Amino acid sequence: MDTAVDPTAIVRSRPRLSHSNQKKLEQALKYILIASIGLVFAFPFIWLVLTSLKTPNEIVSMPPTLFPKEWHFDNYSKAVTTIPFFKYMGNTALIFILKAIGAALSCSLAAYGFAMLRWPGRDTVFLLVLATMMLPFQVTMIPLYIMYDRAHLIGTFVPLILPSWFGYAFSIFMFRQFFRTIPRELTEAARIDGCPEPRIWAQVIMPLAKPAIAALILFEFMWTWNDFLAPLLYLSKESNWTLALGLLQFRSQRETEWELLMAASTLMIMPAIVLYFFGQKTFIQGIATTGFK
Amino acid sequence: MGFASLKSRQVRQEFKWGLLFITPWIVGFLLFQLYPTLASLYYSFTDKALVRAPEFVGFDNYVKLLTRDKQFIKALSNTLYMVAIQVPLGLIFAFFTALLLNMKIRGQAVFRTVYYLPTVVPAVAGTLLWLWILNPRYGIMNQVLQTVGLRSPAWFGSPVWAKPAMIMMGLWAVGTNTVLYLAALQGVPQEMYESATLDGANWWQRTLRITVPMVSPVTLFIAITSIIGTFQLFTQAYIVAGSGGAPGSPRESLLFYAIYLYHQGFVYLKMGYASALAWILFIIIMVVTLVLMRSSARYVYYES
Repeated sequence: MDTAVDPTAIVRSRPRLSHSNQKKLEQALKYILIASIGLVFAFPFIWLVLTSLKTPNEIVSMPPTLFPKEWHFDNYSKAVTTIPFFKYMGNTALIFILKAIGAALSCSLAAYGFAMLRWPGRDTVFLLVLATMMLPFQVTMIPLYIMYDRAHLIGTFVPLILPSWFGYAFSIFMFRQFFRTIPRELTEAARIDGCPEPRIWAQVIMPLAKPAIAALILFEFMWTWNDFLAPLLYLSKESNWTLALGLLQFRSQRETEWELLMAASTLMIMPAIVLYFFGQKTFIQGIATTGFK
Repeated sequence: MGFASLKSRQVRQEFKWGLLFITPWIVGFLLFQLYPTLASLYYSFTDKALVRAPEFVGFDNYVKLLTRDKQFIKALSNTLYMVAIQVPLGLIFAFFTALLLNMKIRGQAVFRTVYYLPTVVPAVAGTLLWLWILNPRYGIMNQVLQTVGLRSPAWFGSPVWAKPAMIMMGLWAVGTNTVLYLAALQGVPQEMYESATLDGANWWQRTLRITVPMVSPVTLFIAITSIIGTFQLFTQAYIVAGSGGAPGSPRESLLFYAIYLYHQGFVYLKMGYASALAWILFIIIMVVTLVLMRSSARYVYYES
């Protein structure tokens, strides 16, 4: 593909006045299409928040009301006391923080070994790292459960956190891609000065790797907030439940209190949305370059 | 010290450090991946239960699964239904939304955010929200359908409509794949469209002849990851059935592979049997991936 010459520059600048009206119509149709599909994507969010502010009577009234007749913000205080919401949120946050610290250390260490050092067999081992992404959790979860059961760790946070401290493919890959953009001269210079490798990792590379660390924190948050199967298996003790498990309590009652459930769901979704807005660029780039969420 | 020995010392040093740096990963790989994978293969040939020591039963688990287990067939066919319908629909919808979001239009950034936002909603919260929207009696969806004179299905209350409801929920959270397509669209050289336009190609022709082939590597990637993801579909179906409900409710219409595996392993505690299920899943995933990758040369276009 010849990209040296850009013929589009000439084409784009050619005036198309004759098509002006048709263009306008086309533009309007495109706008209607993109906006109406946008509404379909947005509506569930709107309905979530509006339901969370209505009374139990109003949410089952026919015909349904769009806006609450009275805005019941007290649904939120009821929701967080119906289940120990903040206890669950604290548990989820603790798991996230401990996972993120472990993953940032272990994955960057491994990535340093793959990107900054040359050793025989390196690329083969790296292929093995990537291949582990093919392994479904369903294959390992039964022996892992038995293993944790023998170690008396079922019910604790340990099974959810421990694996992160040994590194895993996705974040190793992400760090490696990032490290490869760092000029080799930096590490070479430090080496000539007699700086040992762990110090180069800690004092030269990691301070430069803040964007990769930020991406890792974002992904770890989204995964931990979203994770359901692993907490379902390991967190048998109710006091250790995460939000994902705790939210289900609204459904196990005989009659689901939808307005409270929607209030609690709003509170659970909120941190994810806020974090997404702050880290949108990092997050989207991470998905586009690695292909995973 | 000569230059050569300095060089070889450097090589040895890098080898030593290289191994040291990846040691944590190797330990984790052996402990959390290789050992459990081999252990589950071993368990699949035993009658392992949680507390009981495993006793070797040969191929019994596999034979029973493939010949006598009606629920297994149900779980497999439900899952294949989702693979056959949801995966292609998801691909088309992701491509279509990416085309829309790639248009140069005012408010593009806002639209991109809105289209992507459902993806950051945790699966549990998202499923509960859709259970409310699709509530057979009070849900807003049926209220709207009734208003415009359409029949209102029971959605997750009906074995016929549960899977379509599931697919709808999946399409809502299409964002990740849209982002992948969007990145691919931005990599298509603009001059290809310009010269095609000059040759008189209309929008349809340009999309089918240029865009679709140019993004085909991403299509292959999304197809593989979606198929793997669909075979592991769990959270949504588990929540719809409710923790006390029969697995795959309503009436086993949402009895997917991973749901059945979970129930065999952790509700009935038949861990040997569940391990056989896990290995069949593993083999299916590997075969599907290999077949798609091998055959991709015929329909995936790689530049240069």
